[in-house]
Amino acid sequence: MATDRRTFLKQTGWTLLGGGILISIGSFFPAAGRALQKVPSEALYGFIVDTTTCIGCGMCVQACKTENQVPDECYRTWVERYIITADEKVFVDSPHGALHGFKPAAVEGQIEKAFFVPKLCNHCAEANCVQVCPVGATYTTRDGFVLVDEKHCVSCGYCLQACPYGARYMHPVRHTADKCTWCYHRVKKGLMPACVVVCPVRARQFGNLNDPESTINRILQEARISVLKPETGNNPKTFYVGLDKEVR
Amino acid sequence: MLEALTQGFLYPNEIEVHWGILIVLYPYITGLVAGAFIVSSLYHVFAREELKPVARFALIAAFCFLLFACTPLLFHLGHPERAFNIMFTPKFTSAMSGFGYIYTFYMIILALEIWFVFRPDVIRLAQESSGIKKAFYSLVALGAFDVSEKTLHLDHKIITALAAIGIPSACVLHGYVGFLFGSLKSNPWWSTPLMPIIFLMSAIVSGIAILIVSYALVMKLKGKAVDNNCMQSLCSYLWGFFIIDVTLEILELLTMAYEGEESWGIISQLIGGRLQLSYVALQFIVCSTIPLVLLGIVSLVKLKKSTRNTLGIISSVLLLIQVLAMRWNVVIGGQLFSKSLRGFTSYFPQFFGREGLLVALILFALPFVTMYIANIIVPYWEEE
Repeated sequence: MATDRRTFLKQTGWTLLGGGILISIGSFFPAAGRALQKVPSEALYGFIVDTTTCIGCGMCVQACKTENQVPDECYRTWVERYIITADEKVFVDSPHGALHGFKPAAVEGQIEKAFFVPKLCNHCAEANCVQVCPVGATYTTRDGFVLVDEKHCVSCGYCLQACPYGARYMHPVRHTADKCTWCYHRVKKGLMPACVVVCPVRARQFGNLNDPESTINRILQEARISVLKPETGNNPKTFYVGLDKEVR
Repeated sequence: MLEALTQGFLYPNEIEVHWGILIVLYPYITGLVAGAFIVSSLYHVFAREELKPVARFALIAAFCFLLFACTPLLFHLGHPERAFNIMFTPKFTSAMSGFGYIYTFYMIILALEIWFVFRPDVIRLAQESSGIKKAFYSLVALGAFDVSEKTLHLDHKIITALAAIGIPSACVLHGYVGFLFGSLKSNPWWSTPLMPIIFLMSAIVSGIAILIVSYALVMKLKGKAVDNNCMQSLCSYLWGFFIIDVTLEILELLTMAYEGEESWGIISQLIGGRLQLSYVALQFIVCSTIPLVLLGIVSLVKLKKSTRNTLGIISSVLLLIQVLAMRWNVVIGGQLFSKSLRGFTSYFPQFFGREGLLVALILFALPFVTMYIANIIVPYWEEE
């Protein structure tokens, strides 16, 4: 089929214009099924929780409360205890976020397995909270921290509803959304997050995902890891070692 | 103390319900706006002449509800002084960021339509009055006193155009509210593409219902009879829209149950437990079944005028409760279970306090007070 130059140029022009419009519409929406968007020259931070070593002492929760002056009954991090009995009953608790550790549980039946799961903000690469914040007060830094601008937050609470992990709370004094920052203020001074420092069994690890020599990268390469609620497509940067299927 | 009201396991930040009674009221009022506007447009755009007796009131009602649609949000916001950030620094990946623009656009359309519809009345009032009153009406008329046939014909064209733009705007305004909930993948009770269309249909239902109740009440107070065709038509529209609405609501539930995803475990417990009264009993058994039957009779069987009116009014009141219950069950229901899918929290609205029942009642009463004042300024129940 013969096409003259004029028609060809016209068709190409329309195709490019159409494609351009489609791409710009698409750019409003988060891409599906992508990996962490690493830029090798910059730091991109990540967090690893090892559920096989956590002993549920609650030191991390206490350290976080002190370091970040977290109000009572609000939690930037907490620890959950899972007890699974021989008849497949699952008992989960986290009294005061495990601020004072755990007392022996009154569980009926033979206990098959029990373990602790520390939780915190997952600083997702495709964070729901960032997507839904109507004023851009929740944002992602270039090095991967999801933070809240407390001077700009209108306190609508949409991010609290959008976070599938329950990681956010409304600060009762500041009246703004609040959550774990991976101790951004410490990391920027070359320190580790408070919870990582105090963990007696190294169940919490933090580091630069772009640094091939970092501990976090070594664990990511060696261990079987997973993330919480991968089906949400949020692409968390808090990774878990030894996650049981009962954990959500 | 709060722990006593919980059951099972919740993430520790989930014990408190953040969106309370005011966030239930917000979509309820917005829905009344959309519904009332659709009725006025049925007359202005689709020339349903039988709706003429309520067309002007419908427009005023939509505007008065719209004036106060934002107030529950302002009372809810922790930083109401920053409310305009949503328009000054919007982030367009957020469904919520469109709110300010949609709301403002719709407000302008409605205000313009009202001005054109009531222009002849305002001019007449300006001519009949004197002193400050005359100055006021002249100001409202914006100095345009031409009521020649040619001008009125042009007005009519503009009104039709505005009403035509208003219909999709009203649908966007309320569909958007549904989208706010329906697009949240974190919450299985909310996350369904049916949510915007359910919100829209229930909005139209509540809007028609409030018009029926108000119309009947005002006519009773005035000692006049309701218009036969108008009432019959409103009841038929109400029935039709409610059939679509309730079908979608049932479809949504059936889909969830049939798909039986992981979340169905907690949702079925939610329905059978904490929402048993407000969802199963109120929203479905009492406030859906009875109006469906009664309105069916009203629409299909030839009844005595007074019987028809009574059945229509009873159905409308029940449907106003149905839609309110639906808003409650969506907004509150979605926050009663943990995203860990392992436990429940509770919610009881306080009476006093910034986000309490009293504030909600006052905010809901304000549109009606405004309608009353508007009727003193320009008596909209009078015939054109």
